Amino acid sequence: MTAEPVLSVANLTIAVGSGTARRRLVDDLSFTLHRGETLCIAGESGSGKSLTSLAIMGLLPKPGPVVAGGSIRLGSEDLTALPERAMRRVRGDRIAMIFQEPMTSLNPVLTIGRQLVEAIEAHRDASRADARRLALEALEAVRIPEAARRMRQYPHELSGGMRQRVMIAMALALEPDVLIADEPTTALDVTIQAQVLGILKEIQASRGTAVILITHDMGVVAEMADRVVVMREGQAVESGAVAPLFAAPREDYTKALLAAVPRMGTGSEGAPVATVAVAAPVAEIRDLSVRFPLKGGLLGRTTAEVHAVAGISFDIPAGQTLSLVGESGCGKSTTAKAIAGLVPYAGSLSVAGRPAANLSAPERKALRRDVQMVFQDPFASLDPRMRVGDLVAEPLVIHGIGSAAERRERVAGLFERVGLQPDAMRRYPHQFSGGQRQRVCIARALALRPKLIIADESVSALDVSVQKRVLELLKELQAEFGIAYLFISHDMAVVENISDRVAVMYLGQIVETGTRAQVFGSPRHAYTRRLIEAVPVPDPARRRTAFPRLVGDIPSAVRKPNDPPARLALRDVGGGHLVAAE
Amino acid sequence: MSVLVGPDAPVLPPSAPVTGEGVVSRLLRRKLAVLGLLVIAAVVLSAAFAPWIAPYDPNEQFFDGLSLEGAPLGPSAQFWLGTDLLGRDLLSRLLYGARNSLIIGVVANGAALIIGTLVGVVAGYFRGIVGTVLMRFTDLMMAFPALLLAICLAAVLRPSLWIVALVIALVNWVQVARVVYSETRSLSEREFIQAEVTLGASRARILFAHVLPHLTSTVIVYGTLGISTTVLLEATLSFLGVGVQPPDASWGNIIFENQTYFQAAPWLVFFPGAAILLLALAFNLVGDALRDVLDPTEEGRG
Repeated sequence: MTAEPVLSVANLTIAVGSGTARRRLVDDLSFTLHRGETLCIAGESGSGKSLTSLAIMGLLPKPGPVVAGGSIRLGSEDLTALPERAMRRVRGDRIAMIFQEPMTSLNPVLTIGRQLVEAIEAHRDASRADARRLALEALEAVRIPEAARRMRQYPHELSGGMRQRVMIAMALALEPDVLIADEPTTALDVTIQAQVLGILKEIQASRGTAVILITHDMGVVAEMADRVVVMREGQAVESGAVAPLFAAPREDYTKALLAAVPRMGTGSEGAPVATVAVAAPVAEIRDLSVRFPLKGGLLGRTTAEVHAVAGISFDIPAGQTLSLVGESGCGKSTTAKAIAGLVPYAGSLSVAGRPAANLSAPERKALRRDVQMVFQDPFASLDPRMRVGDLVAEPLVIHGIGSAAERRERVAGLFERVGLQPDAMRRYPHQFSGGQRQRVCIARALALRPKLIIADESVSALDVSVQKRVLELLKELQAEFGIAYLFISHDMAVVENISDRVAVMYLGQIVETGTRAQVFGSPRHAYTRRLIEAVPVPDPARRRTAFPRLVGDIPSAVRKPNDPPARLALRDVGGGHLVAAE
Repeated sequence: MSVLVGPDAPVLPPSAPVTGEGVVSRLLRRKLAVLGLLVIAAVVLSAAFAPWIAPYDPNEQFFDGLSLEGAPLGPSAQFWLGTDLLGRDLLSRLLYGARNSLIIGVVANGAALIIGTLVGVVAGYFRGIVGTVLMRFTDLMMAFPALLLAICLAAVLRPSLWIVALVIALVNWVQVARVVYSETRSLSEREFIQAEVTLGASRARILFAHVLPHLTSTVIVYGTLGISTTVLLEATLSFLGVGVQPPDASWGNIIFENQTYFQAAPWLVFFPGAAILLLALAFNLVGDALRDVLDPTEEGRG
């Protein structure tokens, strides 16, 4: 790394507004990037990491933030001084970018092949045949199986992981000097994430592309980076080679950030599971299955069915946390919705000894009182037109509890309990941050003193430091009120930290279930092991040498009508640790 | 951990916008809304007090209201806005006509909004067989030529102002129903509605406390846009002889009576046209402001 840097950013300042309202969103940021190097820009939301990448691409939204100072040099050219025409030549050709959500960055009405060929033709004076050949090579380079056939497919026909590979192929087809990847694997499942990261590394090694990887995930940083820039509120807090930075962070913020990252293999050593004498479970789920019909044809007949949940049985122990883990489409959220009464289901379930079938309206209302839900997206799950105080009081109003004054007092108590100031009651949801809003949702779920709270990916959308505090709050509330949680998550590290028991779901069925120690300590099912291995470890010293090279997709849960998948038989391998036969 | 005091910090930012201020006072802080309210008030007052304000009887044909050749007179000191083809005072006719036009614009349009919103919400929220029947009926009404329907209805029932209002309402609710239907459908898929279900909220509660408030901006926009179209639809009906019956005036029928003489006597079309435009604009300004004021997520913004 003695050569000139490929890209050097010096004293970059990005500001928005003018006069006294001017705010610096990125302040005096400097870094260099050499050939074949991976630089990770890590930080939480609002740290200015994505803005930096947009500035490099010359894609800052207009009207909006502008580069107010500093330079971005690609080789000898200063990109900040380049006119839009010249910038267009640079984009795609010398600097390429891949975004978080591959579905929205591909045009849904054009085939993959056409989009690739067009991207190549825009920059290279190549014949159509040459462009096609280059496109095919690019797809093969990212290890897309049957690349020739994929060229004729549309984006929606590919899975998320495949689409992200297409994006990488598109970005790399022109062999750019610099590749900017903005949260490239955040929307992907862990096993797919591992594959995509593997491909990025492989291609970088063979072509010497310099990569800027923008991520909030310290696991990905540890896995991929040569050097790291930690950003916070627009400023570089700390930067340096990855190993020393992880081993001995200098700044308090970096230390705190690293401490907040949930780690695999630490949860089991944490506070011992409160071994409550096996009380009656708070919820019993038996043979639960949920199917969604796919209608088609002229008469709208059911032509196929999605077996979202294909017959699962489990108990949720009182006052404890059961986690359902699995990748997207495995049926974990559908299970949660069935228990919350949001989707019709077959099978039986009972909560607090009360079966949930054939209920009269008041009985159903009583059942709802015992089971509350906290959704993934606190932005979407609160009515934006109501004040948060009213939102938290609403369950009390619905169930006719207390007078208006009593309710107000109780809501104030709840606010205090979840760490919000009671005078925040008069505000509207949009006036809160994500973490605060999730606290409002938790207060709302607590209002009825339920026996079971279903947390459906409730901390997935939060920054790690916020996530850590919300998880702590959930644990405290459990200890205080004896609530049971059904915790739905795709994040193995979070699950290991919060759960007492874990059930791993795959294609609508449970493949392994047991205590946290059993499932994480001695995973028996191949899928569980794959999930655990795929999680990037936030420690550069424990970097993987080989990435899983699984090319296939998860098989589909769509089947012909009235053709349920074979029920997996669970076998007890000791101490209530149930594993499906393979 | 103190270094991590970030977005989740329980301490709220001090720059909290003032909340809890009344809707009316917030509306009155907007200059354009006040302007709109003033125009509306002026029209309402002049309609109500027409007999006292109007300089002449609206139906009186003045002998000196026509030139020697029998042409209408332009604005003058005697007839401020000029006279029409029959030598009647235009200002007086406009003032009296404001009554009919307001009734049409507000009542007919309001009825269309109410019917449309009801049908749309019920069909969109309950779906199933009820929704299908309601929406197919809406499609049918949409496909039916509105003018023909209006003419048939007005011909069967004896034409009067209230019949005209009814006819316009029956024709105009369809678009509102369509828009409200699709909006309700997408609303009821939103997560906060699901969250309400898990709380045990009844359907009525979800509908009135959570779905309807979100429809206000759509309904307000449609309501204000509808004012001008209904006034003009009434004019069309009058022109076809099934609207407000002459010699009664409405802004619409004044335009239609005189439009063929547009080049010779432009004031006869200009003044009633300007009146319609001004009223529609005023309602639009107030509607816009009302929509913003009623939306709490706009609170504290410009």
